[in-house]
Amino acid sequence: MTAALTFDPIRLPPECEKLRQEVRTFLAEEISAGTFSPQRAQKSDDTDAPGFSKRVGARGWIGMTWPKKYGGHERSFLERYVVTEEMRVANAPVRRFFVADRQSGPVLIRYANERIKMDILPRICRGEVCFAIGMSEPNSGSDLFAAKTKATKTDGGWLINGTKIWTTSAHVADYMLGIFRTSAPTKDNRRHGLTQFLVDMKTPGITVNPIGQISGQSEFNEVVFEDAFMPDDHVLGEIDGAWKQATSELAYERSGPERFLETYYVLTELVRALGREPDLRGAEGIGRLVAQLHTLRRMSVSVAGMLQAGKEPVVEAAIVKDVGTIWEQQLPHRVRNLAAFVEPNVSNHETLERQLDFAMKIAPKLTLQGGTTEVLRGIIARGLGLR
Amino acid sequence: MSESENIVVETAERMFADLADAQSIIASKSDAWKAPVWDALADAGLTLPWIDETLGGAGADLATGFALLQAAGRAALAVPLAETMIAGWLLARAGLASPAGAMTVAPAQPNGRITLSADGTLSGRARNVPFAADARHIAVLAATADGASVIALVEAAACQIAAGKTLAGDALNGVTFDRVKPIAQAPAPTGVDLTALMLMGAAARSLQIAGALETALDITVRYANERVAFEKKIGKFQAIQHSLARLAGEVAAAVSAAGSAADTLSGGRVAGDALLLEVAAAKIRCGEAAEVGAAIAHQVHGAIGFTSEHILHRFTLRAQSWRDDFGPESHWAVELGRRVAARGADDLWPLVASR
Ligand SMILES: Cc1cc2nc3c(=O)[nH]c(=O)nc-3n(C[C@H](O)[C@H](O)[C@H](O)COP(=O)(O)OP(=O)(O)OC[C@H]3O[C@@H](n4cnc5c(N)ncnc54)[C@H](O)[C@@H]3O)c2cc1C
Repeated sequence: MTAALTFDPIRLPPECEKLRQEVRTFLAEEISAGTFSPQRAQKSDDTDAPGFSKRVGARGWIGMTWPKKYGGHERSFLERYVVTEEMRVANAPVRRFFVADRQSGPVLIRYANERIKMDILPRICRGEVCFAIGMSEPNSGSDLFAAKTKATKTDGGWLINGTKIWTTSAHVADYMLGIFRTSAPTKDNRRHGLTQFLVDMKTPGITVNPIGQISGQSEFNEVVFEDAFMPDDHVLGEIDGAWKQATSELAYERSGPERFLETYYVLTELVRALGREPDLRGAEGIGRLVAQLHTLRRMSVSVAGMLQAGKEPVVEAAIVKDVGTIWEQQLPHRVRNLAAFVEPNVSNHETLERQLDFAMKIAPKLTLQGGTTEVLRGIIARGLGLR
Repeated sequence: MSESENIVVETAERMFADLADAQSIIASKSDAWKAPVWDALADAGLTLPWIDETLGGAGADLATGFALLQAAGRAALAVPLAETMIAGWLLARAGLASPAGAMTVAPAQPNGRITLSADGTLSGRARNVPFAADARHIAVLAATADGASVIALVEAAACQIAAGKTLAGDALNGVTFDRVKPIAQAPAPTGVDLTALMLMGAAARSLQIAGALETALDITVRYANERVAFEKKIGKFQAIQHSLARLAGEVAAAVSAAGSAADTLSGGRVAGDALLLEVAAAKIRCGEAAEVGAAIAHQVHGAIGFTSEHILHRFTLRAQSWRDDFGPESHWAVELGRRVAARGADDLWPLVASR
């Protein structure tokens, strides 16, 4: 085979089942306490979220796979998988801690010095800090290596000047992992010259301007840096060598359950609305969607199993994100079609309409954020030996 | 893959490469290749892998047989291997021994009904039975007047077999049982009913489709790296790269879904809705992948892939025609959708998460 794609039928080990029940019980308690509502996806990141994060942290469900000395729990990726999927399906307000848990923490573990690790990682695990990702700029999106926001060497550190954009959660974040230009690209390597930094968002010289979204939310921001000072030990990894560091995280970032479950709630409501004995059309429609969902989950669990085994399934992970995000993007449209003949007096009619409305509005972002469909397909094509 | 699966798959792949190579089959313009590969498989015990030695088989586990079927799909193997394996499996459920030679099973569609009369003869019609015209025996799942399931072995020659072919040109026949006397028969144990037979057949077809698509991806990527247009290898055009990335996604979905269903059946501990979910999802998703995947593979090949001389059609047309056997996608979608609805909305996620 030229294209050796591996998707073995990995199953979650038995210890995951106990954990799943614990997570479900916890979420049910949070729902009845009014922290969030599974029927209101659009509300999920509102006011009560910080309290929620701390309670999730107290359960040991943030930084689950990290070393104990940093506040982690040294559990498996598959256990983390269960927690992630249960939270997504319940529409739990995870945004405050999820980026740190998925991406930022692992980067710090790999590249930060011991003092920073001992300071920040336990706080992430306790659900106390929120991270943002500062990669995109007004003139640098898919082409990450066109980034211009500059870090200039000064006494004991660096001065940052420039603008990051589309920075999710920057308005509430404590820290950002940013990519800044420390040197010009070289003739034979246009990826050279960018360096990754840990940014304390309270640093003077940083201004955050919220940007409204078509969904009515305001999750992302413009972040302006004006002579913002970063101490030397906030450099993460090799100076000018950020491009070498980006790839290994991506398999984690791309293949999780959050890559196909973001609009799942419309499927639940469709099943509710069609009732226990749907007509032929409704039954077939549900059956197909469930078959596709199950397949995606099996693909995603398979990648999680490979990560747990210490492999780097870069192409498989990109495939999961490509197929998964397209599916979750189409899901509200399919559901809308199937719901066309639902009786107006079914009990959840309003919920279904509201959920559909919201899912249709957020659908466009699903194939953009964290790397577009086109970028992913480029990565897959490279894995196939075409580039 | 386990050690035994590896050995079986490697053995079979060597046979397929030597005796059932797609290009050689096309060049030969005859069916003369079929007997040697069949004999080689039979001699190695690979036509009856799922059956105890005492009943004439090789006594391998289900997982090994499923791995063999995916390998057969990768070769677009057009002899009744899957059918014989399933027939042997069905007969063994009732303690019946398998005869030598090719077999098939009836019914091969979920709405098929064959009855066993009080006089011990079989009557009824099974539509679209794969390879019935090439089989020496047919394993039949029949119902008695009081609704009990019976498994019977009949000689194909005792039935009326209508002419017919699949999209790919393989035998696909209506089989009429007009008071046919079985060679052997025995009651089916509980749980072995038409649904169980369809689940087994659908899983087998899913693996064959996944295998055929793996090869379609392989030859399409290779072609894109060879064919030149506008002074470039076509694989350098981004449109082609993205099409192939989509094809890879479909192949990945098919391999995952089929592999998961096979793993579930092999484990033997899962029944009911969870088993239906696994197998129905595999048949549905592999069918969808066959549709999208075949279209992309042909598009990238241009006109050459549309010729009878080229090997591509052996994989794409078989992947398409296998979609229809043992229940097409819409059958399984309705079955699965009805179960999901009957459980209720809040039990959907627990079902999915249980797998
Ligand atoms: C909701 C949301 C949240 C986000 N959060 C963050 C965040 O927290 N931090 C952050 O840094 N960024 C964030 N982003 C930005 C996101 O990473 C970028 O939108 C994405 O990388 C694409 O960049 P762009 O928007 O500049 O589009 P562009 O790169 O300008 O692309 C526009 C179109 O051109 C296509 N295109 C570009 N290059 C190629 C090529 N070589 N071949 C083929 N097609 C190409 C793209 O696929 C896309 O379809 C977020 C985006 C969204 C929508």
